[in-house]
Amino acid sequence: MKRVTLALTLALAAGLSAQAADAQTLKTIKDRGMLSCGVSQGLPGFSSPDDKGNWTGLDVDVCRAIAGAIFNDATKVKYVPLSAKDRFTALQSGEIDVLSRNTTWTISRDTSLGANFTGVTYYDGQGFMVKKSLKVNSALELNSASVCVQTGTTTEQNLADYFKANNMKYEVIAFGTNDETVKAYEAGRCDVFTTDQSGLYANRLKLANPNDHMVLPEIISKEPLGPMVRHGDDQWFDIVKWTLFAMITAEELGVTSKNVDEKAKLENPELKRVLGTDGNFGEQLGLTKDWVVRVVKAVGNYGEVFDRNVGAGSPLAINRGLNNLWNKGGLQYAPPIR
Amino acid sequence: MSTEARKPPPQIALKIRRFLGGKAGWNGVAVQFAFAAILGWIGYEIVSNARANLENQHIAAGFGFLRNNAGFDVNQTLIPYTGSDTFLRVFVVGLLNTLVVSVVGIVFATLIGFIVALCRLSPNWLLSRVGEIYVEIIRNLPLLFQILFWYLAVLAALPNPRQSISLFGIAFISNRGLVIPSPVGQSGLEPFLAMLALGIVAALVLRFYARRALFQEGRMIRIWPYVLGLLFGLPLAAMLVFGRPFSFELPQLKGFNFAGGSRIIPEFVALTLALSTYTAAFIAEIVRAGILSVHKGQMEAGSSLGLSRGTTLRLIVVPQAMRVIVPPLTNQYLNLTKNSSLAVAIGYPDLVSVFAGTSLSQTGQAIEIIAMTMGIYLLISLLTSAVMSVYGWRVSRSLGA
Repeated sequence: MKRVTLALTLALAAGLSAQAADAQTLKTIKDRGMLSCGVSQGLPGFSSPDDKGNWTGLDVDVCRAIAGAIFNDATKVKYVPLSAKDRFTALQSGEIDVLSRNTTWTISRDTSLGANFTGVTYYDGQGFMVKKSLKVNSALELNSASVCVQTGTTTEQNLADYFKANNMKYEVIAFGTNDETVKAYEAGRCDVFTTDQSGLYANRLKLANPNDHMVLPEIISKEPLGPMVRHGDDQWFDIVKWTLFAMITAEELGVTSKNVDEKAKLENPELKRVLGTDGNFGEQLGLTKDWVVRVVKAVGNYGEVFDRNVGAGSPLAINRGLNNLWNKGGLQYAPPIR
Repeated sequence: MSTEARKPPPQIALKIRRFLGGKAGWNGVAVQFAFAAILGWIGYEIVSNARANLENQHIAAGFGFLRNNAGFDVNQTLIPYTGSDTFLRVFVVGLLNTLVVSVVGIVFATLIGFIVALCRLSPNWLLSRVGEIYVEIIRNLPLLFQILFWYLAVLAALPNPRQSISLFGIAFISNRGLVIPSPVGQSGLEPFLAMLALGIVAALVLRFYARRALFQEGRMIRIWPYVLGLLFGLPLAAMLVFGRPFSFELPQLKGFNFAGGSRIIPEFVALTLALSTYTAAFIAEIVRAGILSVHKGQMEAGSSLGLSRGTTLRLIVVPQAMRVIVPPLTNQYLNLTKNSSLAVAIGYPDLVSVFAGTSLSQTGQAIEIIAMTMGIYLLISLLTSAVMSVYGWRVSRSLGA
């Protein structure tokens, strides 16, 4: 029903408003006093509510960082949990300001949805999880298997491509939400559960006996996950884009949530520029001079965010791998703040 | 000088005037045309404005996407379908899946509903209590809950394919579904089918003849031995002459799953079970109300003629009850069809799941896809109620009402 409501909102907004694309996102958010952020319905490590109902995760921290940059208060976020298939309509219809929901950047999504990706928060790839008792060691041994997948994802199409390319047969069972998919996999309806590899590790924690299941070594696709904003508001696009770059730059410069105040006092020209004691880049974005300080105080630098949510400091314990900084063998790279 | 009688205005013009303008006559027609024009103009403005706005926001619009490749697979298809087919084909696949689950569900719901209603009306105390408990439990629990219950209950009870339950070595039940042998046509298939068709036609002719003899001359003709002979004897003879019409392809366990044979997926079973048992509870009450609406004198008249309880029900009570039953029964059929859209919760690939779900998020064209889906549900519902109206009209007419 939510889908129908969203589609109707979109139809009405497009059909009745004289000019639907408004370039006032930042002003709207400030007037509202809240950032409206689209997240998943529960994916540990990326966005899921804890036992007290507080949202945590890598994707959630992106929302918190943006709220920190705007309000200097990371709690001023309204989280809108969305299923994979409702997420774009929610963004198009204006229900959310930014979609931060483990969403793969593809050309069709970037060009036909009326929305833009602002960067890559996590470099991922699609993998497979099976029960250890099946004694399967490679995805190439999965001929004639039944595969559970969440509907409305790039995963579904990669799956079709992979099995076709390798001349294997399979049966797909597509469910509406992540939890339903995992439950059916656990109930034995399918042999294989497939999603982005980070999601496999995260969902494995939800299973009754995580050690009975293993993630196969094959990565069958490129899944760069990132936040999305609506077309037509370049200022807002810049703010979301540079909030992520601020987190990465802070890690490069060794600025953490603990030492940010001391670092701001140092006479290092680059630090002065980034942390806003010199120059006015923040004001050019429509924010304040100390925007990077605010972001880092809100969530920490990219490395801290990664470790806390999905990395060594979390139950997921995923290696930095591709998500390490560019000068440490990874792909995370921010254009200079100058 | 005789005055010519004034000619009455042509009937056809009057009819048109009444049809278009109602009681207000030609003034009414003008108002209606103006109103239609305004509605049309508003609709046009909304559509063209929406198009312009979507274009401004670089959101793809229009129905061109239907010709694009879908690129994903579906696990139950009634027509051949692969990932390289178009979104239009996905639409048809999903629609057929919705229709098949609705039709099967309606048949079972009607059967169960009638049986439960007769139980509730039965003079047998235990039987009527069982019927009552069934109705009260089933209709008071949410449908989505029942669908999930059946799905997880069905799945949990079934073993994996390697330990599947074998039925005489030809059919297998596992949590991948029920696999049965599938028929493969052989050389004798065509004469076999031709003879079968001939047998059916001949049986129908025989029935027509027997009924006419009964109603016009009061003769009872026993036709069932001939009908059996026609229906089974003719195809059997064809088999003896032309050889076996088809052979069966047996399912075999290969790797993770069964290869060959036909398969009914557990999602379909769970959804059909849930929809038909749920709707049956409502149908039972409708049927009970319908039967109770027939005066009990009718039942007594039947017994005084020496008819058995079953025959009285079948020939006298039910036909009269149908007049009351049909309109609310139509509502239940429509409900069942629309409720089948809950399928997405258990991964059954119905129209809402594959088209308004997967296709929507692959293409992002929410307005077009939701409009198409709503349109097709409306069409199915209107067709169902049209068919039921015709049936209701025939029932009333045959009773002389």
